[in-house]
Amino acid sequence: MDAAIAARNRETMTKLLVISVAMLGFGFAMVPMYRQICESLGITQSRVVGATNTQVDASRSVTVELLASSGGLPWTFDALEREVKLHPGQLVTVNYRVVNTLGRPVTAHAVMNAAPSNAGRYIEKQACFCFSNQTFAAGEEKVMPVVFLVSPRAPKDMTTISLSYTFFELPGGTS
Amino acid sequence: MSAATHAQDHAHHDDHAHHPTGIKRWLFTTNHKDIGTMYLWFSLAMFFTGGVMALLIRAELFQPGLQFVNPEFFNSLTTVHGLVMVFGAIMPAWVGFANWLIPMQVGAADMAFPRMNNWSFWLVVPAAILLVASFFVPGGAAASGWTLYPPLIIQQGISIDMTILAVHILGASSIMGSINIITTILNLRAPGMTLMKMPLFVWTWLITAYLLIAVMPVLAGAVTMLLTDRHFGTSFFNAAGGGDPTMFMHIFWFFGHPEVYIMILPAFGVVSAIIPAFARKPLFGYASMVYATASIAILSFIVWGHHMFTVGMPAAGQLFFMYATMLIAVPTGVKVFNWIATMWQGSMTFETPMLFSIGFICLFTIGGFSGLVLAITPVDITLHNTYYVVAHFHYVLVSGALFSIFAGIYFWLPKFTGKMYSEKLGKLHFWLSVIGFNIAFFPQHFLGLAGMPRRIPDYALQFAEWNMWSSIGAFIFGFSQLLFLYNVIECIRSNRKAADNPWEGADTLEWTHLPSPAPYHSFETAPVVK
Repeated sequence: MDAAIAARNRETMTKLLVISVAMLGFGFAMVPMYRQICESLGITQSRVVGATNTQVDASRSVTVELLASSGGLPWTFDALEREVKLHPGQLVTVNYRVVNTLGRPVTAHAVMNAAPSNAGRYIEKQACFCFSNQTFAAGEEKVMPVVFLVSPRAPKDMTTISLSYTFFELPGGTS
Repeated sequence: MSAATHAQDHAHHDDHAHHPTGIKRWLFTTNHKDIGTMYLWFSLAMFFTGGVMALLIRAELFQPGLQFVNPEFFNSLTTVHGLVMVFGAIMPAWVGFANWLIPMQVGAADMAFPRMNNWSFWLVVPAAILLVASFFVPGGAAASGWTLYPPLIIQQGISIDMTILAVHILGASSIMGSINIITTILNLRAPGMTLMKMPLFVWTWLITAYLLIAVMPVLAGAVTMLLTDRHFGTSFFNAAGGGDPTMFMHIFWFFGHPEVYIMILPAFGVVSAIIPAFARKPLFGYASMVYATASIAILSFIVWGHHMFTVGMPAAGQLFFMYATMLIAVPTGVKVFNWIATMWQGSMTFETPMLFSIGFICLFTIGGFSGLVLAITPVDITLHNTYYVVAHFHYVLVSGALFSIFAGIYFWLPKFTGKMYSEKLGKLHFWLSVIGFNIAFFPQHFLGLAGMPRRIPDYALQFAEWNMWSSIGAFIFGFSQLLFLYNVIECIRSNRKAADNPWEGADTLEWTHLPSPAPYHSFETAPVVK
């Protein structure tokens, strides 16, 4: 191979090496580019915020009456709202309150009851104080949420549901 | 090249054993034919390695339930099967063809940088060893799929570091090989060999080499980011540190889509050499073939999003990637049209290379059409990660790239070895392959449409029937490849002397100007091309 061709080959190689290194740089440059594009188009955020629940049946409403029964415990137990009106499929949060007026620590468990008698299966709870034992110090006041929805599968004539909780003290006072 | 080696080259011409013998010949060789041979044998070895993994996968999927392997090992099998076949079998096979053929087809004595050529090959070997050895380290081989998606890949053990290192080495090797190929084609063509007179195989490799130079560094960057995320506290892809796993997919597929054309463009070149030879007509639409190849290469940079329609992309992005992807069907269609037009009214004979080429055209086109189906965003979203995708890319990579490699091997074996292969056994290999392949992969379309997910070792009972057929086909296909190995060895050992140009219609320089087998040093004085 004569010197002229060898020199030309080296020149070609240099050019191609420059392209390779530039493309390596481009690979890393894609990181800020990607951030910038996502930010300016709001892609990452809109996916999360824009998520909507398509399961809500807005065509009808159900009234859920919130009841509280002390169940033999002479303390204060009540719901902060008397009733809540919602669409089937709509996630709502309601609050119950306990004031331990017994002057001693109490551990108790709440049990749900719903009326009419077949309504219980349509109440879908995401979070509830009735999922676990609750311990109250003497004189403690606690507000506890229930997060639930009424299933869109609930029958159309079920316009009112009574949701009731009863606390039972656990023997021995421990969990 | 230095004056000393120059003188040595000349001294060596006088005797016949003009190279060291034994292992040293292969370790230190700078001869493009030796290196091409090593690449091709290496590729065949990796093809069988990846093939054993594929058969383990199909054995497990023969029946529902877990029979032979545990799920973790199954995931490693699908991952390493993909990596080995892409980086170990298909790509090195094409580099092997490039080494053997490009200097002969452009009338050059050797590659532009023979020593770098030696390095390119010998880097591939340790990389392959790293990949395969990763099966034997604690935690098993990479199990994230060949796409190496985080966050899964950030959590696995040392085998991931071995895989990343292997990818780095393979990338370096590919870039060196590409620089060599481009320089050879641009600077070392014989007098009169203008760009538009080059055989299409040379053209397709020139464009492939540019693709490699453009995207291998991007892959190297992506896996480097994985490595620093794993060990050096960066958070490129770690959401807990402000990173984004989706970004890896964008960077990976910016490499990954051109990569699939890197594997298929040389196939177009091989088929464009074989079809005219056996139709005994010049290739129809040579210039349009060149422009179509270039168009496919350019379009390959703007379609990566179609691999990730499900990540949450704005509708405008989905539409763009959908239409851009469909646009690729136009130049590809031009090529298929040209091959068929070349055969039209030709005096065709159906020797093994021609059979594999026609098989390529039929089956690759099926793969192209299922690709068009997958390009439709809403369809892709339901078919994403199902066996439909598996069927699609095996149609383009096995009956596309691999079949054309077989076609090329049978076509050029007389030139490589100076002997004729057995036509009867070659045809048997073709028919067993084409039947086994279709039994293995066509049912996977049905499985995918019915919703069977890929990369899972177990499946629901309704998929049992077609999985059984697919496994039977895979075993027919797999074991037929032993016949290919036998055919090559039988050809080398036979005494059927091949003519300098055993094919009536072949008209490129290696057939018209060189004896069979091609001499160790060819075209030391460049031929003049009219």
